Amino acid sequence: MEFSLKPLLYFLVFPGFLFTAVVGLLSSWVDRKVSAKVQWRVGPPWYQNFADIFKLLHKEIIVPQGSRFTGFLLAPILGLAGATLVSTILWVINLNPDSGFVGDLIVVLYLLTLPSLGVIIGGSASRNPLGGVGASREMKLILAYELPFIISIFTVVLKVGSILFGDIIGYQQVSGIMLRSPSCIVAFLVALICSQAKLTLVPFDIPEAEQEIIAGPFTEYSGAPLAIFRLTRAMMLFIIPVFLITLFWGGMNFHGWQILATCLKYLAILVFIILVKNTNPRLRIDQAIKFMWGPMTLLAIGGMVLAVVGL
Amino acid sequence: MGLKSWSLKRSPWIFHISTGSCNNCDIELLDCLTPKFDVERFGILLVGSIRHADALIVTGAVTRQAAPKLKYLWEQMPKPGLVIALGACGCSSGIFRDSYNIIGPVDRIIPVDVYVPGCPPKPEAIISGIVKGLGKL
Repeated sequence: MEFSLKPLLYFLVFPGFLFTAVVGLLSSWVDRKVSAKVQWRVGPPWYQNFADIFKLLHKEIIVPQGSRFTGFLLAPILGLAGATLVSTILWVINLNPDSGFVGDLIVVLYLLTLPSLGVIIGGSASRNPLGGVGASREMKLILAYELPFIISIFTVVLKVGSILFGDIIGYQQVSGIMLRSPSCIVAFLVALICSQAKLTLVPFDIPEAEQEIIAGPFTEYSGAPLAIFRLTRAMMLFIIPVFLITLFWGGMNFHGWQILATCLKYLAILVFIILVKNTNPRLRIDQAIKFMWGPMTLLAIGGMVLAVVGL
Repeated sequence: MGLKSWSLKRSPWIFHISTGSCNNCDIELLDCLTPKFDVERFGILLVGSIRHADALIVTGAVTRQAAPKLKYLWEQMPKPGLVIALGACGCSSGIFRDSYNIIGPVDRIIPVDVYVPGCPPKPEAIISGIVKGLGKL
């Protein structure tokens, strides 16, 4: 077996860690800036999130007495590795859909839960009651949103007839974007609201509700582990819209003027998420579960039925 | 200027503790976070957990009950960090100096980097105090 640096380079530099981190931190700045504009403020400068991360890397790391040492420190890295891997898979396929790379939807769906899993492990390991409450809420939130999210995504699978990303992008290049059919519009709406919960933004920021439970699972974190958690969140803010664009909106296209269209698609989804975040109050965890398992799941199943009928 | 001091100066997150204040300084501190002053321009955020904080802002003359908690909080803060004593009471115990229930000003319990006097200090004075404190990092 020949040894090649290319996968490592993919993972660490271009579509992987470095690229996603930089774009993710910039999108997180867009989030803060747009929120500031909504609240009639000026908002932070563009390098703010980079300063935050570098500052946290230089601070002291405190591990609380009685917490589980390995779990406490490894949980952020688990989340970061998951987010990086998803980003690498999505970008490799988007840049080269015909490469025959065997990465499918199921793998990405599994990997997308890793950041949340890291939060749960970290919160439980920190031996802080608020961290425990936050972790348990995160767990319930995952149970709530995964059902409609997966049903809505399998609407696309039903239309294409394949779970390979290459086939999904190829189908959209041949017969138009998914968003042209009514079933996929319904599925896209459900997936968009579920991504809000996946990113734990308002109205679904129940795990780290800062007015009730300080910072939830992150309460005991300081220094570099906290920096990794914030970086993971910023990267997810970039990955989830890219995932939705890949599935529903024709994929990321980088030929000539298409670059501009791709950026606009991404910004449209990002700004929509931020505006929803800024104009809604937080739900209670039981309300969130009722909302996700009730109307959202019914809507997702409705979308699927439409897809079966052939719309 | 290295990356360390650059980033420390660009993103000071503050944690706020009242050690028996009359709530006046606390309201002025919250004024800094309103759209009029908008300290997020300078990267200043109010955080809820002491583990995330870079600057500990203490208001109030320190009462007997609050003193051990203040010391404990300072020990829990990840270093490097600043301590800012806010208001006349925080700087010198103010009019409560001779009270039976007061241990003393903040600097009798933990080392203080910046004193912001005033009863209460104006938001501009608070911002100026934090900026001067950042120069010491």
